[in-house]
Amino acid sequence: MQTNQIFLLFCGILLLLGLVAFFLGRAKAARVRGAGISMYAQPDQYAWFTVLSTAGPALMVGAIGAFVMLLLGAEIPTFYLLSGSLVVAAVGLAVGVMQVRPEFHARQAIEHVIRLLLAGAALISIFTTFGILFSIIFEALRFFQKESLWEFITGTTWSPGASFLEAAGRAEEGSGGGQFGSIPLFAGTMMITLIAMLVAIPIGLMSSIYMSEFAPHRVRGIAKPMLEILAGIPTVVYGFFAAITVAPIIVDVAGFFGLDAAYNNAVAPGMVMGIMIIPFISSLSDDVINSVPDSLRQGALALGMTNSETIKHVVLPAALPGIISASLLAVSRALGETMIVVMAAGMRPNLTANPLEDMTTVTVSIVAALTGDQEFESSATLSAFALGLALFVVTLTLNIVSVVMIRRFREKYRINDL
Amino acid sequence: MSHSFDEISAQLKRRHRKSARLKWMSMASLGIALLFLVVFFADMLNKGLPAFQQAYVQVEVDYNEDAETMGRAALDPEIASLVSRSFERLIPGMIRDDADLLGTTETRWVLTNSQVDQYLKGHRNELSDDEKAAIDERVEDGQVDMKFNTTFFSQGDSKMAERAGIMAAAVGTIMTMLVTLAVSFPIGVMTAIYLEEFAPDNRFTQAIEININNLAAIPSILFGLLGLAVFINFFGVPRSSPLVGGLTLALMTLPVIIISTRAALRSVPDSIRQGAFAVGCSRWQVVRDHVLPLALPGIMTGSIIGLAQAMGETAPLIIVGMVAFIPDVSASFTEAATVLPAQVFTWAGEPERAFVEKTAGGILVLLAVLIFMNATAVMLRKKFERRW
Repeated sequence: MQTNQIFLLFCGILLLLGLVAFFLGRAKAARVRGAGISMYAQPDQYAWFTVLSTAGPALMVGAIGAFVMLLLGAEIPTFYLLSGSLVVAAVGLAVGVMQVRPEFHARQAIEHVIRLLLAGAALISIFTTFGILFSIIFEALRFFQKESLWEFITGTTWSPGASFLEAAGRAEEGSGGGQFGSIPLFAGTMMITLIAMLVAIPIGLMSSIYMSEFAPHRVRGIAKPMLEILAGIPTVVYGFFAAITVAPIIVDVAGFFGLDAAYNNAVAPGMVMGIMIIPFISSLSDDVINSVPDSLRQGALALGMTNSETIKHVVLPAALPGIISASLLAVSRALGETMIVVMAAGMRPNLTANPLEDMTTVTVSIVAALTGDQEFESSATLSAFALGLALFVVTLTLNIVSVVMIRRFREKYRINDL
Repeated sequence: MSHSFDEISAQLKRRHRKSARLKWMSMASLGIALLFLVVFFADMLNKGLPAFQQAYVQVEVDYNEDAETMGRAALDPEIASLVSRSFERLIPGMIRDDADLLGTTETRWVLTNSQVDQYLKGHRNELSDDEKAAIDERVEDGQVDMKFNTTFFSQGDSKMAERAGIMAAAVGTIMTMLVTLAVSFPIGVMTAIYLEEFAPDNRFTQAIEININNLAAIPSILFGLLGLAVFINFFGVPRSSPLVGGLTLALMTLPVIIISTRAALRSVPDSIRQGAFAVGCSRWQVVRDHVLPLALPGIMTGSIIGLAQAMGETAPLIIVGMVAFIPDVSASFTEAATVLPAQVFTWAGEPERAFVEKTAGGILVLLAVLIFMNATAVMLRKKFERRW
C-alpha cells in the first residue's frame, strides 16, 4: 500500500473512533443524568472530553514518532507507527468513556486542554524566530569553517564564482577558489539605502506634517489610504518599474548633463525603493505627530509663534524620537528589500561612491548564491547564509533600537495607543 | 530691545510668509507622493493593457499528409511566417487524434507570432518591410485582426511570447495561498486568543510578544532562508512546491494575523466578557460564544490584508525555488509550481520585447486581485465595525 493510502486510512479510522467516542460519551452521560444523578458538566461536554482523550494521545504518538524518525533518523515503518497510534486511540477511548462520571469536571478538563493547545500555537512564533536564527547560524558556521571570517568582514573582493570549481574538485583550474570579502556588497546596500532614505524621509515626513497639521479632515481621509496603496504594491512590481521605466530615464537625464550612467545604476532602485517606503515613514510619523499633546501646540501659539514655528520648534522636537524610530524601521526595511534590487540593480560587486555605476547588494548576492545550480555544500551557496546572518543581526538591532525609542516617546507623553 | 511698529509688522509678515512656505512645501511633498502613484499606474496600464489584446490571423489550414509530420506544411508558405509556431506544432497532433481531418481544409483564426503582434501594436520588431506590407494588406482585408487575448488567461508559461499565459501561475498562487491560509490562520488566531484572553502577564508572555513584533520586521528574504534550511533540507518537503512556498509564506503572514487579531479581540469591551462570566461561562465558553463572534470581522479584515501581502511576496519564494518554468497547470501540492509574482519576475528577465508587455499584463492582473482583496477588507471593516 502507498504511504498516502495508509495515511488516509489512518485518518478515516481515527475520525470514526472520534465519532464513536462522542456518541458513547454522550449516551453514557445522558444515561447517568437520566437516572436523576446530577453531574458537574453537560452531556455534550463529556462527549467532547471523550473525543479529546481518544484523538489527542493518538495524534501525539504519531507526531512524536514522526519527529523521532526525522531527528534521530530511526526508521519506524509508517504502518507500525500509525497502527500503534490507533491502538493508543482505542485505549484513550476506553479511558475517556470510563471517566464519564458525575463527579468528573469534564468542562474544566476541556478548558485545560484548550489552554495548552493555545499556548502551543503561541510557541510556534518563538520556534519560527529560533528556526530562522539557528538555521542561518548553523549554515553560516559551515561557511566560516571553509572561509575566513576576517576576510569576510574586511575583504574588498567578492567573487564566489570560482569556488564551484573547487567544489567540483578542480580547484587548480580556477583562480584558487572564490573570494568572499563582503565590503563591496555592504557598500552597495548602504548606497542604495541612502538614496532611498534621501527620497523617503523628506517626502514622507513632510507629507505627514501636512496631513496632521494643515490638511482639512477630508483631504486627510483620502490622502492617507492613497499613500498606503504605495506600501501595498508588490515589490516585484516596483522592481519592474525601476528597471524598465525609471532606469532609462536616469540614464537619459545623466546623459543630458554629460554623465555616464549604467542601465543598472544604483539611483533607479534607490529612488523607487524610497517611494515604496514613503508610507512607512509618513503613517508612523503621522501617528507620532498626532499624539504630541495639543497643550504643547496651544502653549506655543499662545506665546505668539506662527504655525510653522510651532511645528519646527515645538511639535517636531517633541515627536523626534518617534520620527527617528520610524526612520530606523524604514532603513531596516530598505536593507532587507530584495526584489527591487534583484531586478534593477547590478550583479557586479563594485566598491564605488558613484551612484550612477552599477553595484550589487547583500540581498542580490543571497539570491544569486541560492539560485545558481551549485552544490549546496559549496562555499558559494553557503555564503548566502553568512550574508543572511549579517542582515539578520543588522535589521534586528535597528528594530530593537527603534522599539526602545518609541517606548521612550510613549512614556514621556503617556500615550498608550501607539 | 525696542522695535518700531513698522519693523515688527515687517518681521511678522516675514514670519507668516515662512509659515505659508512650510504649508506649501509639505503639501507639495504629499502631492509628489500621490503624483508618483498616478504616474506609476498610468505607466503600468500603458505597458500592460496591450497584453490583453493579441493579433490573430485568418488562415486556410490544409490537413494534408505532409502536415502529419510537419505542421508547417498545412499552411500557405506565404502566411506561415506570420503564424505562431505553437499552432504549427499542434497540427500533427490534431490529425493524429482525428483521422477524418486528413484531406480536409478549414479556415480558422489562429495566433500570429509575437513579431507580427508587436508590429501591429506599434512596437519594435524584427519584421522586414515586405512582411510588414503583407501584414498591412491583410489587415485591410480583415484577415489579420486584434482580438481579446484568451491565451493569456488559459495557458501556462511558454518561451514563445504569444503563447505565454498566467493560468499556471494563477493556479499555483491559489494553491500556495490555500496552504498559507490553512497554516497561518488557525495558528495566528489561536496565538492571539492565548495572548489576549488566557495568558498570564509574565515573562513568557512578554517574550512571545516581543518576538512577534520582531518577526513582523524581519526581511522577507530571511524567511526564504528558513524555508530552504528547515522545510526543504531538514523536513524534505519538495523544492518549488506550493507546499513549501505556502509554509514559508505562512510563517511570514503569522505576525500580521496575530497582531490584527489581537487588536480585534481587544476592541471587544470587557463588559461582554463580564456578562458571560456572570452567567457561569468558563473562559473558553466566553471566548468561543461571545468574544470571537464579535471580533470576527476584525479578524477577517486582518487575515485578508495579511494574505494579500503574502500573495505579492516574491523574494522568499525565489529562495525556495518557486521560479520554475511551468508550462502546464499542475494540481498537486508537492509538484513544482510558480506563483503570479514569480511569473512576473521570470518574464521580466526575458530579453524579448513582447515579454515586457506580458510582464506588465501579469502585473495588472496581480494588482487587480490585490486591490480587490484590500477593498474587500476595507468594506468588511466598514460594514461590521461597531463602536461600543
